[in-house]
Amino acid sequence: MDIKGPNLVKGIHLEGLRVLGKPEDFARYYYAAGADELIYIDVVASLYNRNSLHDIIFRVAKEVFIPMTVGGGLRTIDDIKQVLRAGADKVALNTAAIKNPKIISEAALKFGSSTIVASIEAIKQQNGEYLAYVDNGREYTGIEVFEWAKRVEKLGAGEILLTSVDREGTGSGYDLELIKNISECISIPVIASGGAGKVEDIADAILLGKADAVAIASILHYEAIKKLDFSKYTFDKEGNLEYLENKRAYSRLKPSNLKEIKSYLSNQGINVRCIPGLELTNV
Amino acid sequence: MSKQNKIKVSIIDYGMGNLFSVKQACEHIGLRTLVTSKAEDVFKADGLILPGVGSFGNAMSNLTNLGLGEAITDFIKKGKPFMGICLGMQLLFSESDEFGKHKGLDLIKGKVIKFSAIDKDGNKAKVPQVGWNRIKKYSHGSAWDKSPLKNIREGSFMYFVHSYYCNPGDSRFIASTTEYAGIEYCSSVLKDNIYASQFHPEKSAQGGLQIYSNWLNYFK
Repeated sequence: MDIKGPNLVKGIHLEGLRVLGKPEDFARYYYAAGADELIYIDVVASLYNRNSLHDIIFRVAKEVFIPMTVGGGLRTIDDIKQVLRAGADKVALNTAAIKNPKIISEAALKFGSSTIVASIEAIKQQNGEYLAYVDNGREYTGIEVFEWAKRVEKLGAGEILLTSVDREGTGSGYDLELIKNISECISIPVIASGGAGKVEDIADAILLGKADAVAIASILHYEAIKKLDFSKYTFDKEGNLEYLENKRAYSRLKPSNLKEIKSYLSNQGINVRCIPGLELTNV
Repeated sequence: MSKQNKIKVSIIDYGMGNLFSVKQACEHIGLRTLVTSKAEDVFKADGLILPGVGSFGNAMSNLTNLGLGEAITDFIKKGKPFMGICLGMQLLFSESDEFGKHKGLDLIKGKVIKFSAIDKDGNKAKVPQVGWNRIKKYSHGSAWDKSPLKNIREGSFMYFVHSYYCNPGDSRFIASTTEYAGIEYCSSVLKDNIYASQFHPEKSAQGGLQIYSNWLNYFK
């Protein structure tokens, strides 16, 4: 869930953000529908040095009893402490970690490795090399992602959230080459992110990309906006409301819900957590 | 006033990990909670929860420095309900292999061992285990049925985050087992008034909350 101010947003290549609704509503909806984990990223926090997620997390944590990872704009050990206190279980660090890699080891020592997720935003270069970017794919760092992935593991990160900025929001499928290369060169779990346009893409990320987990946004969000009732809300005019008002996804996406997705993955032989109302074949 | 509103549970804060979600889960089922680092709050509580993530060695020295190791042991000897979660389960055991050996609280005989990143068949496993996994009833004992897992469906998914697992000396205490990294290990124990799980019930959705609700039955 990408958050901008009080709203859930979604862009393409992390740009051109469209307002989709209130993060709390989506969080409750996904929890009830059987989501395994929620990831919240404040997509503009790094730019403005702010983190507006605390209040949202604090409210959601009273009702939602699955793991919650929070990222975006966390710069110091104290920032991490604040967001954990608000109810997050894990924090995702990108910009801060690249500027000061020691924050990963310090945070891992203080809060436990399992609390620290290294977020890597990768962009494929013309020569085929993958480089890490910061500030939601906006800022070039020149750091090669495979070396960086190995380094964050050594520094004590417990997981890697690996986003392909090239694929993000496009619905053209996960970057399997990127995921597989990273997943096989490190021993901590990799969460694949960016590109899922249909359920088949999700199975591919796990079976072909060797991802340990998958992050899904657009497919679910554009299904959820058809189900959630937004009539009672007034939105901050921060962003593009067109997609929300028309309740539509754009053409490359095949929206789906968690039940359909889990059912499909289960049929592909992937071990997924059962959710109410879903009979799994490979149990 | 319902029964649970009168029950006071102390959640031990010894600087190891996030206690907020444990507190939220307790309050969700109507327990009164106190997050505390003080031994005196341990004695006053009706029930006690030892949560925690992180390193065994640091956890033991924190507990010792705060005088909590002894307080926890005394509390358990009184027979009042106690729940250990994740690192809070591991600390109950005799010793851990983590970075050289560390002594635990020794309330349950046995060792805490690290997952092997390569299993006996040569398959690679990610360590730590982070994610949802199944719990199975331990078939050679009755601990599951006497524990707060009683009405939980066998094979339910619970949320795990850990690199080490517990290996009890006495298998009668094993309530559930879980498979990971090529082995089947003990994922929860019941020994008298001690119930402890490697998984996080407070992060395991409706099934996990049911375990908290079931735990209420242990309060007289």
